[in-house]
Amino acid sequence: MATTDTLDSDLGNDGKADVSIGDYQYGFHDPTDKYAFTSQRGLNAKIVAQISEMKNEPGWMTDFRLKSYEIFESKPMPTWGGDMSGIDFQNIFYYVRASDRQEKSWDDVPEDIRKTYDRLGIPEAEKKYLSGVKAQYESEVVYGSLQEDLEKQGVLFTDTDSALRDHPEIFRQYFGTIIPPSDNKFAALNSAVWSGGSFIYVPPGVNIDFPLQAYFRINTQNMGQFERTLIIVDEGANVHYVEGCTAPTYSSDSLHSAVVEIVVKRKGRCRYTTIQNWSNNVYNLVTKRAMAYGDALMEWIDGNLGSKLTMKYPAIYLMEPGARGETLSIAFASEGQHQDAGAKMVHCAPHTSSRIISKSISKDGGRSSYRGLAKVEKGATDCKSNVVCDALILDSESRSDTYPYIEVEEDDVAMEHEASVSKIAEEQLLYLMSRGLTEAEASAMIVTGFIEPLVKELPMEYAVEMNRLIELQMEGSVG
Amino acid sequence: MSSLLKIEDLHVSVGETEILKGVNLEIRQGEIHALMGPNGSGKSTLAYALVGHPKYEITSGSISIDGTDVLDLDPAERARLGMFLAFQYPVTIPGVKVADFLRHAISNVRNPDRKEGEELMPMREFRTELRSTMQELNIDAEFARRYLNDGFSGGEKKRMEILQLAMLKPKFAILDETDSGLDSDAVRVVSEGLSKLSGPHMGVLIITHHERLLEYNVPQFTHVMLAGRIVETGDASLAHDLHNNGYAGVRERHPEAAAEEDAAQEETTSV
Repeated sequence: MATTDTLDSDLGNDGKADVSIGDYQYGFHDPTDKYAFTSQRGLNAKIVAQISEMKNEPGWMTDFRLKSYEIFESKPMPTWGGDMSGIDFQNIFYYVRASDRQEKSWDDVPEDIRKTYDRLGIPEAEKKYLSGVKAQYESEVVYGSLQEDLEKQGVLFTDTDSALRDHPEIFRQYFGTIIPPSDNKFAALNSAVWSGGSFIYVPPGVNIDFPLQAYFRINTQNMGQFERTLIIVDEGANVHYVEGCTAPTYSSDSLHSAVVEIVVKRKGRCRYTTIQNWSNNVYNLVTKRAMAYGDALMEWIDGNLGSKLTMKYPAIYLMEPGARGETLSIAFASEGQHQDAGAKMVHCAPHTSSRIISKSISKDGGRSSYRGLAKVEKGATDCKSNVVCDALILDSESRSDTYPYIEVEEDDVAMEHEASVSKIAEEQLLYLMSRGLTEAEASAMIVTGFIEPLVKELPMEYAVEMNRLIELQMEGSVG
Repeated sequence: MSSLLKIEDLHVSVGETEILKGVNLEIRQGEIHALMGPNGSGKSTLAYALVGHPKYEITSGSISIDGTDVLDLDPAERARLGMFLAFQYPVTIPGVKVADFLRHAISNVRNPDRKEGEELMPMREFRTELRSTMQELNIDAEFARRYLNDGFSGGEKKRMEILQLAMLKPKFAILDETDSGLDSDAVRVVSEGLSKLSGPHMGVLIITHHERLLEYNVPQFTHVMLAGRIVETGDASLAHDLHNNGYAGVRERHPEAAAEEDAAQEETTSV
């Protein structure tokens, strides 16, 4: 990974006002004057139609977008969760295309953009331990790769726009069925203006050993990024998908509002790992939902470090007997940040089980909330659900809340919920410091230990990166 | 020249209550000192004051190592000067592996100028040293991968303190009732461990109620604390005598301190 030093000495500054980058090492940005297309600020039906036209989409998608836009317009802003009053929908660029094409070689990606991904360490990671990579820059995917043997086995890993064009049957069969536009205001917005994202299809019985990764980067100020991801894991197949996200630090806000739909068929397995590290001026309002069928396993591993406000509650619908769902979520809220994160588990069939483990850390006035739902529908007997949420608060200015919702319509179920809130004990600090650790090192070590049960679930490279990010967040924060 | 830990006229309060009322003590590298005394006499307070526990306020007096005043130093800085406390009640740090913690601690203590974020001791070198130290102390190698004191038995926690002592090689080691709450086998293990470690480069202060830890680690000096002061100093035979006959004789020889002790106890019981 690039170090802070190289970023500081090599900032692509185009003269726009930056606020202090501070500890956020991905806060640099590139020039935007060579972009292929930038939509007008703001949103109306004309811009929605224009996006569809630019993309040469079939009529049904244009209609889908326009209808979604109507739903978006008709729905009020949510009144729960975080403070969204700072979002000005008319000040956002909804569609920005930096490059005209998607490349298969990094050498062909425009230089400014390629440099950005170099700094983020993506090409290097790809060589070492990934089966495939998509790099999305602004609204479009600029680079894509997939190992040849996977391609031969029929695995599809493309950007979602290409999937609509090249694989229309399977695309139309699933698109918008897991999360319809009417689900919520931001799902409607995404459905109207979506662009990019990953499309994955894993054929029956195919096991992908190494993760597929997508990396999302916002560069333009007041940009809205609305990627749309659709993953279909067929019977007995297995995939691990990883996404990372960063953005420059600007003085005014950006919006990231993704929709992720996943289907895991009988005996399939899907693990979806997110390391969200947006800069602190991004509203991150994301809808993620998976449907798991008989004996399938769906896992969300969700790390939320950055953003101004994150509202994200990855959901798993357990559709058939034997389906299992698991969500591990880490939230780190620092100064000026609100992480409203959690999980939803809906037991729609008997003999299904789910587990939610949530760990949150609040410091320097940051606020983290766990918001979760465990639901057992009528007829879903013999279900198990286990929820554990632990919060660590590092100082008296910071805040943590827990909003657990439980809805059970059957008697024969085992529901467990445990919650704890703790502070770093003076005795723990003393113990570590008496062995020569500085106060900051000691605090960082306690925080790292607190999230260790989740971090050890990450692929090694991400675990190392996660711990490093936590240490960066903690450095110089005490004393 | 051997280093000197010097405590002069040390007064320490917790909240409004003065616990230490003028303690004087000098420990040289290579010496073993025993500190005995009844419950509540201030032994643990002295230990905490030495490492810089923030709850223990030094109201007057001084603590220095080779003439360097340590009172303005935080616990980490004191550790880098060579101070070490084996805690009576080691705390649990969930999720932090013993090996990761020790590698970080060693990197700081052996390289006192190390800044946050700088390289740690090379992994291979550290592992080799850790493995051989654990073997020497008969500690199962699996310990290194466990979370620090998490789910440890009383005896395991104390052995973990001894392992840290062995790895950090301090100039001055304070052992606060390292023998308490252990069965006699465990005490023997800890005692043997300590006797292997102490030597010309370590000054040791053993705080204890019992004599067992001292069997393997014979003190040159035994100090008796009563009501916040060291009232007597002798050799190993004093420890033996206190172990057999208790503190009645000490109280008789120091009626003023005994009276203060009574007054302090009444105060605690009336609260």
